[in-house]
Amino acid sequence: MAFDEMRGGGKGKRPREPYRAVNAWVEGQPGAELRRKSAHAEQMFRRTGITFAVYGAEEASERLIPFDIIPRIIGAPEWRRLAAGIEQRVRALNAFMYDIYHRQEILRAGRVPTDLVIQNAAFIPEMMGAEPPRGIYSHIMGIDIVRTGENEFFVLEDNTRTPSGVSYMLENRETMMHMCPDLFSTNRVAPVERYPEDLRATLESVAPANLDREPTIVVLTPGLHNAAYFEHSFLADRMGVELVEGQDLVVTGGRLMMKTTQGLQQVDVVYRRIDDDFLDPLVFNPTSVLGVPGLFDLYRAGRVTIVNAPGAGIADDKSIYSYVPEIIEFYTGRPPILQNVHTYNCRRADDLAYVLENMADLVVKEVHGSGGYGMLVGPTSTKAQVELFQAKVKADPGRYIAQPTLALSTCPVLTDEGLSPRHVDLRPFVLLGDRMRLTPGGLTRVALTKGSLVVNSSQGGGTKDTWVLEE
Amino acid sequence: MLGRTANDLFWMARYMERAENIARLLEVGHRLTLLPHEGGSAEWRSTLRSAGSEAGYLARHSVIDTRTVVDYMLLDRDNPSSVLSCLATARRNARAQRTAVTRDMWEALNSAWMEFPARAAAAINATALPDLFDWIRDRSALFRGALLNTILRNDTFWFTQLGTFLERVDNTARILDVKYYILLPENELVGGGVDSAQWAAILRSVSAHRSFRWVYRDAFKPWHIADFLMLNPQMPRSLRSSYGEIVLALQGLACAYDTTPPCLTMAEDTLGHLTVSNMTRILQSGLHDFLQNVIVGNNRLANEIATEYHFNG
Repeated sequence: MAFDEMRGGGKGKRPREPYRAVNAWVEGQPGAELRRKSAHAEQMFRRTGITFAVYGAEEASERLIPFDIIPRIIGAPEWRRLAAGIEQRVRALNAFMYDIYHRQEILRAGRVPTDLVIQNAAFIPEMMGAEPPRGIYSHIMGIDIVRTGENEFFVLEDNTRTPSGVSYMLENRETMMHMCPDLFSTNRVAPVERYPEDLRATLESVAPANLDREPTIVVLTPGLHNAAYFEHSFLADRMGVELVEGQDLVVTGGRLMMKTTQGLQQVDVVYRRIDDDFLDPLVFNPTSVLGVPGLFDLYRAGRVTIVNAPGAGIADDKSIYSYVPEIIEFYTGRPPILQNVHTYNCRRADDLAYVLENMADLVVKEVHGSGGYGMLVGPTSTKAQVELFQAKVKADPGRYIAQPTLALSTCPVLTDEGLSPRHVDLRPFVLLGDRMRLTPGGLTRVALTKGSLVVNSSQGGGTKDTWVLEE
Repeated sequence: MLGRTANDLFWMARYMERAENIARLLEVGHRLTLLPHEGGSAEWRSTLRSAGSEAGYLARHSVIDTRTVVDYMLLDRDNPSSVLSCLATARRNARAQRTAVTRDMWEALNSAWMEFPARAAAAINATALPDLFDWIRDRSALFRGALLNTILRNDTFWFTQLGTFLERVDNTARILDVKYYILLPENELVGGGVDSAQWAAILRSVSAHRSFRWVYRDAFKPWHIADFLMLNPQMPRSLRSSYGEIVLALQGLACAYDTTPPCLTMAEDTLGHLTVSNMTRILQSGLHDFLQNVIVGNNRLANEIATEYHFNG
């Protein structure tokens, strides 16, 4: 039986404290009214173009991520603990990356296996010895957190490359305030709207040293057909900076320039939303047309800042994940505040044996997979699917990890039959520059199919407005 | 601003203006075919010509009738100037520049694009075309209103203005050129019911059939229509007022960027020319040639602007 965040673990009718006001509000609404608001919300999303594109598809197939109108609510004490745990984790992971790309103390100390880092596709040897401003590699992170009980929170995944979803966090709040203003007068909901300003301040704080002017910031997108294009344009717009593609940039005279209506203009900070591999065809994938030839050399010379830094993916690799508690202890000298989900690394013989034996009860993930693809949820899979995965894991154990199937907490969603519990996770968004900036709340993803544990939008997941209540 | 952004804003505005103009042309063509002694196919042919779509149409269709022409000009995805294509292109440009396009503009444009196919298909089937034409004009006005009310008065604004008014010049000049023979003085002698319907149609195609009477109260002459649509500074779709807007936009850019580019000089020359011209002289040297020069010069100006402001990087 999963922990329900509105009803609590027991069968009692009384809703948990943070949900009391919302529960009363829901009960006071005629059923049809909630459905009307919900339909209206969907219309708003479609009109404003908050869609995600499907790869290789034309405009007709821009899709909406379904939005559920019942907010997900986190009480102030719960959030305090989460915030402390997130800050600890984010600082430790950045310290880890600095170390990995410099003296590699943690490898010398034998706390993380050397081959796991050095042979990792996300490790970029060209970054060795580079000095990113303020020593930060991952300035923009999303930490995926799941809950299984009143006090049980686990980190499921760290996203240290280019976490997406922050535009949904902001638009979900806009929509809720538009649809249900009365809820915000009866609940003290911490605002999230500062995020774009925080992002801009973070980016400015890591501009190359000794600039004698305000830094010029750009958001670098792969373009219109990228699934997260809406978010790229949204963030550029809210920060008031240019949204550029690789074709708009050129390296000349030792400077990064963008092609403007008035000729070339120098760029200082690139918030890139393209993968490492595509950044610079001279250093990485030579066929990339999304990046800028010469960009990486400029970066190494400190003439431009790339955010997040190339090679930041090493910290969110699924095979590194199980070492994050070690990493936290190593760099902070303290035990982790937020726990990891126990993880079996199939590269270890005893773990592999356990995984093969118990696969029907486990969640098996590809180390380099993302977006809910290439994974197996044992308990909801058929025997044939499990057997297929057993064969895959046996063939290449190093590519897989496994975790126990967690009873993810549930939150009520509005369905045709009224409210019904569905599993959720949480992705808070963290910024690290001159200081850490954590937006209270984040993106709640919800598995809209009854009983499903997969919350990814590419797999039929939806989102909810996420509230952190103030004291 | 990125050169690519300027390019997209310019074409977004052009295609929105074109969508409206195509709808107006169709509305007039449709009206004329409802008159007793009009030859439908000849009328549709000149509509296609005004829209610059005659060759494309004939490559695909052998008959010219209302249903086929309307379908081609409203909904055909392979016709780059169909209303549907115009809306889709305008939207693609806007979507590529969501940072420069305000939310109000985007919503006006996006909702038009979303609703149009179903509405158009229903209107063609129910032969409720006049309602559909009204609807397109409404949506275009909504977009234009959103733009004027919300856009920053910086280069964003000037580039959309340039797109709108260069397209408008092209459109007005084409309408006149296709029909220029009924505007000539000698035509007055052979005039009659047919021609007055044609004159009214030209005015209607630029929503000027009522304002015209206020400006030219006495002595109705067919070439007054040409004067109104070409040289009159009060008429918002005339060549002269459109060039007034173009010059303003280029001056805005010149001021913002602190330059005096050749395209500004070109536009000022054209405006000056339209200001000192009069119909008598134009008719003497040839209306058709004059209009052709305007169309060619307008294209040249568009190219010059694209070069000056690095539309292609």
